[in-house]
Amino acid sequence: MIKVTGLVKRFGGTAVLDGIDLAIEQGEIIVVIGPSGTGKSTLLRCLNFLERPDAGRLTIGDLDVDVTRASRADILTARRRTAFVFQNYALFANKTALENIAEGLIVVNRWPKEKAHARAREILERIGLADKADAYPASLSGGQQQRVGIGRAMAAQAEVILFDEPTSSLDPEWVEEVLNLMKQLARERQTMLVVTHEMSFARDVADRVIFMEGGRIVEQGPPDQLFSSPQDPRTRDFLHKVLATQVTIDTPT
Amino acid sequence: MQVLDVDYMLGLVPILLRYLPLTLQMAAVGMALALVLACGLAVIRVLRIPGLNAATLLFISFFRGTPLLVQLFLFYYGLPQLLAFLTQINGITATIMGLTLHFSAYMAESIRAAIVGVDRSQTEAALSIGMTNGQLMLRIVLPQATRVAVPTLMNYFIDMIKATSLAFTLGVTELMGATQKEVAGSFLYFEAFITVAIFYWVIVELLAWFQRRLEIRLNEAYRR
Repeated sequence: MIKVTGLVKRFGGTAVLDGIDLAIEQGEIIVVIGPSGTGKSTLLRCLNFLERPDAGRLTIGDLDVDVTRASRADILTARRRTAFVFQNYALFANKTALENIAEGLIVVNRWPKEKAHARAREILERIGLADKADAYPASLSGGQQQRVGIGRAMAAQAEVILFDEPTSSLDPEWVEEVLNLMKQLARERQTMLVVTHEMSFARDVADRVIFMEGGRIVEQGPPDQLFSSPQDPRTRDFLHKVLATQVTIDTPT
Repeated sequence: MQVLDVDYMLGLVPILLRYLPLTLQMAAVGMALALVLACGLAVIRVLRIPGLNAATLLFISFFRGTPLLVQLFLFYYGLPQLLAFLTQINGITATIMGLTLHFSAYMAESIRAAIVGVDRSQTEAALSIGMTNGQLMLRIVLPQATRVAVPTLMNYFIDMIKATSLAFTLGVTELMGATQKEVAGSFLYFEAFITVAIFYWVIVELLAWFQRRLEIRLNEAYRR
């Protein structure tokens, strides 16, 4: 289980995260939605210390720390128990698809190279890129790169995979293959915390949807409840705006 | 009187060949040491390590801001007066020392630029899977920075090979020193110096050929 309480992050004078409390059960799929600049990505980045939070408590498994006092070792532990999928893929440009996936196993988990490569091949098979094992990122499409990015996160065998707008940089033609892979992981009950603007993904896949605004969690609940009867006017307003711009095929009631 | 004494020039070739290894050794050792030192200086600059950063800036400023010849004289003639244990310093050591310090100052800046140029998101990706800063540098940043830095570093290496010729001013008999000695007996200045010039030229061209091969290999990952 992953739990944060009272998480605060300030940039300059503004609190981008203003006291976030969140608990994620094992196997749970949570989607975070909300307007741009409301701290959704910052929340993910604070969970594995890509940003240093200013206050709060973080629990991942038996790691339980005050984030402001986290030692170097605590931070490494937190990072090893979370995996991150980046908006712009952030693949290692000097390494092949296979090496990108195996890198963490070799360097961080100290697996022998053959074992790590065997595992990486299994993962490539699962993400449908077995034939691209020796391709470098520059020669892959955006969708393929992001699938390798997800494969790299899968290899880490983390308690949770954090997805930071994984389809936002993609050309429309590649979005679906990435979402399909994420759905496949969801079916396997991989614990996921996903920041996305893909409302259909939230509705179809999430166990819980969280609406954030102004650095706070405004409202949360199961997707059908949050999408069909949002309680807070801000949630209603936001959903109204985004759903109007996305093609939705609803069955008439 | 003939225009060019070709026989004299051909006769000079085997003589100069004997001194070629010393020239190459000074350049190779100087380059290896300069690379290590420059990497250290560049990392200090990138991480802005307090104290060391200021010292590094001063070091770079001095060794870029003064002529190599002056630095060589300073090491060879000047330092032994200041530090008694250096009385034994020979011309070869002083040359290597001068080349190392002088060129590392230049190289540090181009290595620093190459490190800073590596895509920041890859740094975050490496940290996100739990790499330490050291692993991040060795596995992700430096290999990519190398690719960017190689063309400029090879330029400095070429420069350094030619700069070894200054060693003759410290009494070292390398390619240039040997030519000087030969010419003192023959007075065939043009023949002697054009011969040694061709020596340097050929070395540099061989190196440029190697550089092209190396760059093709380093760019392998970036072909679409």
